[in-house]
Amino acid sequence: MTQFFDLTLNGISAGMIYAAVALGLVLIWRATRIVNFAQGSMAMFTTYMAVALLDRKVGYWLAFVCALLIGLVMGALVEVVLIKPLQGKPELNPVIVTLGLLILLEGVIGSIFGVQNRGFPAAFSQSGLTVGSTQISFSHFDVFILVAVLVLMLAILVLFRGTNVGLRMRAAAFAPESARLAGVRVNRVLVLGWALAALAGSLAGLLVAPTAAFSPNYMDLILVYAFTAAVVGGLDSPLGGLIGGLLTGLALSYVGGYLGSSLEPLGAAAILIVVLMIRPEGIFSRTAARRV
Amino acid sequence: MLEVENLSVSYGAVRALDGVSFTASPGRITAVLGANGAGKTTLLRTISGLVRPQHGRVRLDQKDLTLLAAEDVVRTGVAHVPEGRGVIDELTVEDNLRLGSLWRRDRADNRLALDEVYELFPPLAERRRRAGSTLSGGERQMLAIGRALMSRPRVLLLDEPSLGLAPRITAQIMAMLGELTHGSELTVVLVEQNARSALSVAGWAVVVHLGRIVVQDHSEVIGSDEGLRHHYLGF
Repeated sequence: MTQFFDLTLNGISAGMIYAAVALGLVLIWRATRIVNFAQGSMAMFTTYMAVALLDRKVGYWLAFVCALLIGLVMGALVEVVLIKPLQGKPELNPVIVTLGLLILLEGVIGSIFGVQNRGFPAAFSQSGLTVGSTQISFSHFDVFILVAVLVLMLAILVLFRGTNVGLRMRAAAFAPESARLAGVRVNRVLVLGWALAALAGSLAGLLVAPTAAFSPNYMDLILVYAFTAAVVGGLDSPLGGLIGGLLTGLALSYVGGYLGSSLEPLGAAAILIVVLMIRPEGIFSRTAARRV
Repeated sequence: MLEVENLSVSYGAVRALDGVSFTASPGRITAVLGANGAGKTTLLRTISGLVRPQHGRVRLDQKDLTLLAAEDVVRTGVAHVPEGRGVIDELTVEDNLRLGSLWRRDRADNRLALDEVYELFPPLAERRRRAGSTLSGGERQMLAIGRALMSRPRVLLLDEPSLGLAPRITAQIMAMLGELTHGSELTVVLVEQNARSALSVAGWAVVVHLGRIVVQDHSEVIGSDEGLRHHYLGF
């Protein structure tokens, strides 16, 4: 029973990470119909930027914030330099470009920092909290992960639902041509979307680095899980991304705990296949309703 | 005064518009009539900057709009209500409307414009928190026109507002357009297949066929020419 409890807590913590990366995928997908395969490696890049700062004795929190800002700028740059020139070209082109970016970033970081695993500090203690007399496998750092991702999601929700910028972003995502006719500068909105997506990814990268085998490809598997989460959630619903992330995190935690951690990737593939067979539009998507 | 001068547009090898010229004056409705595929929609999309012409110019009060992007054309005072109405289903009625005025800095006036649109279209006021997808066809048309009016346009481009609407609703919309234009400085360009109802409110009519203008004249003249009606207008 305690094992189930611990696995559940671990699943929630991991699920929040997947949810943050999934949010990035969703933001880009619903605005541009591009699956950003570089989402994970962009987060890896910004986390290594934090490493570079930490190596120069910059404080943890300053490095943390710098990495997030670098993520923001990087997302915008990727859109302007790599994606925008492909507007009007076949849909597959930008997707292939993001794949190329993934390989490029991992290569560049690998050649600068080396490909070996290295450590990344956590902001808070990673030893389990004690509830009553028992120690549970949920640490201060897990609490931080939970809070940080929820704050990010809440901020993005408020931005989308409560501000004019958010209204422009939603309009541009749902109906770009109508948005343009209403005066929305859709190209600028897209830049912002990519920037926010990269910010969400960067946060996930920083949060998962202390527990992952931190090396230039440490985000690869996380991207696969996050993609699963996004598909479960429906790919175009930010809330779906959160719930998909939690479901995926829990499911993979149980798979890893009861069946062996080497089966986790297989578990993700199984979830993906089942969801695509039963409800290909995802659990929270409105896409189908819109296409009818 | 909206001036279209020698406008030509091709999609690949297909010539959609071929040397189209006309002028739409303030205070009246200019109807653009013709069958499916005549180039009417392309004409509006070119004026509003969604389509680039190969030749020709579009000017509003001497200002050249030809090379502006759609999001800049609307800032010059030209609002386009696209075919199929362009309502954004996922947004609420109020968000759809507010979207139309976001680029304008004068927030107090934007609020005023919103109140005016609700006054003009009471059904929208009753449904402000509902999603666009829940509206009826007539309400969607009201919402699309309302969003265009939110930008306080000098020129209103309407693409087939009667499409899919019951005759009674179409008549209401046409009457409303007449009221909007009459005695105001608003220029309306009304693209319609439903020539009869368009002619009932228009002051000037332009008949297009296969990308060319066949004839343009006062709408009473066009409406009373039986040969024209038979050949191009289908009534």
